[in-house]
Amino acid sequence: MKIGVLGLQGAIIEHARTIEACGQEAVIVKRKEQLDDIDGLILPGGESTTMRRLIDRYEFFDALVDFGKSGKPIFGTCAGLILLATDIDGQDDAHLKLMDMKVSRNAFGRQRESFEVALEMKGVAPDFEAVFIRAPYILEVKENTEVIASYNDKIVAARQDHYLVTAFHPELTDDHRLVQYFVEMVKESRKKLAS
Amino acid sequence: MSNVGTSRVKRGMAEMQKGGVIMDVVNAEQAKIAEEAGAVAVMALERVPSDIRAAGGVARMADPTVTEEVLNAVSIPVMAKARIGHIVEARVLEAMGADYIDESEVLTPADDIYHIDKNDFTVPFVCGCRNLGEALRRIGEGASMLRTKGEPGTGNIVEAVRHMREVQSEIRHIQNMQKDEIMVYAKQTGSPYELLLEIKELGRLPVVNFAAGGIATPSDAALMMELGADGVFVGSGIFKSDNPQKFARSIVEATTHYQDYELIAKLSKGLGTAMPGIEMASLTDHDRMQDRSE
Repeated sequence: MKIGVLGLQGAIIEHARTIEACGQEAVIVKRKEQLDDIDGLILPGGESTTMRRLIDRYEFFDALVDFGKSGKPIFGTCAGLILLATDIDGQDDAHLKLMDMKVSRNAFGRQRESFEVALEMKGVAPDFEAVFIRAPYILEVKENTEVIASYNDKIVAARQDHYLVTAFHPELTDDHRLVQYFVEMVKESRKKLAS
Repeated sequence: MSNVGTSRVKRGMAEMQKGGVIMDVVNAEQAKIAEEAGAVAVMALERVPSDIRAAGGVARMADPTVTEEVLNAVSIPVMAKARIGHIVEARVLEAMGADYIDESEVLTPADDIYHIDKNDFTVPFVCGCRNLGEALRRIGEGASMLRTKGEPGTGNIVEAVRHMREVQSEIRHIQNMQKDEIMVYAKQTGSPYELLLEIKELGRLPVVNFAAGGIATPSDAALMMELGADGVFVGSGIFKSDNPQKFARSIVEATTHYQDYELIAKLSKGLGTAMPGIEMASLTDHDRMQDRSE
């Protein structure tokens, strides 16, 4: 299977390495045409405002929305979570609006408040090392959304259908269990889309 | 239990900046222009390097009013500069909530021998380097991110290129060395031995390395990416150009798509005049900011 990493800005190569460590082919997606060749997509950590500017400039926007609506899985980490959300606290508009949730940017504070912690993640790992950097959290989800992890009562990982998001950065650790979980989602969707 | 200020959290912050452009700004208005153009972070300063160069005298940490104004103006990370060795300026910036501190040779050094022990801080630091030894000494002191120094405020890319090539070539050299040779190299270059072993294993620096000091055009930014930079700092290059909005946007795009030459051609059309440049030979030893620290 081919899994893409949106290659505009951020921790791209780390995700690509993890995908390969999970035995799949990684594709760094810099042009919208590349979306046609992949089975799933990771939106990496980085600066969401920067990524949005770059998405707008290459007509990437509609292609990404279509990719999500076609049923192919998308995994957003940190900035990727912001890009997927339907609502962003304190902003009039959001970005791709693919996943029904309200999120708050930099909600855990500035860099000096950034932290790491071992998290219990339902269905993924009992002790996932989660690195939070100027991280957002999820304020509200819809009832069809599975909350995978919370920290201090804030939702920091969730899944809705074929969308998976984390407020932290699995790409900064050597723990591949979360990407492996996403790989399984991509496998399921391939079966479903083929039938 | 959660931990703040770990090496992974500090280095990780720089990982999130990769492939991006960090822009020098002196007020809220410029910070907003930078954010709107797609900068991954801004560096809050009282004066851009070319103005510091022109003004002469002692250059210090910016007035906290400027830093605060920028912190309040944008949602992207805000970096700020402290003088080399000035522990208190760095603590003040940390207390104000700056997201990254640049212990920078652009300001007049406060200590001509020692750099700050950066391991002690919760906030991460970026430091300049001209070669691998200098890079590794800074990492040894706790820098979580590097930038090649170049020659700030000149609009001349030649020194940035020299420093990036130097670092990359030394990394390749280390990869081919045996451990006994690495010990001698450590001695000759004043590099921490353990970090050299780590580089031999990784084939790259253990932290992100941006390019800085002289980037004035979209092609300059793309060149530095081509040479192996993880991203670029643009100091005077944006707000000393004719059309800062357009320059900022074009440099951001050229950094992302640094091997798309048709695109860079398009981005470079009708940009207006870049910042005025300075030929290196016209600088005296005293003018060379890059030589202010080792």
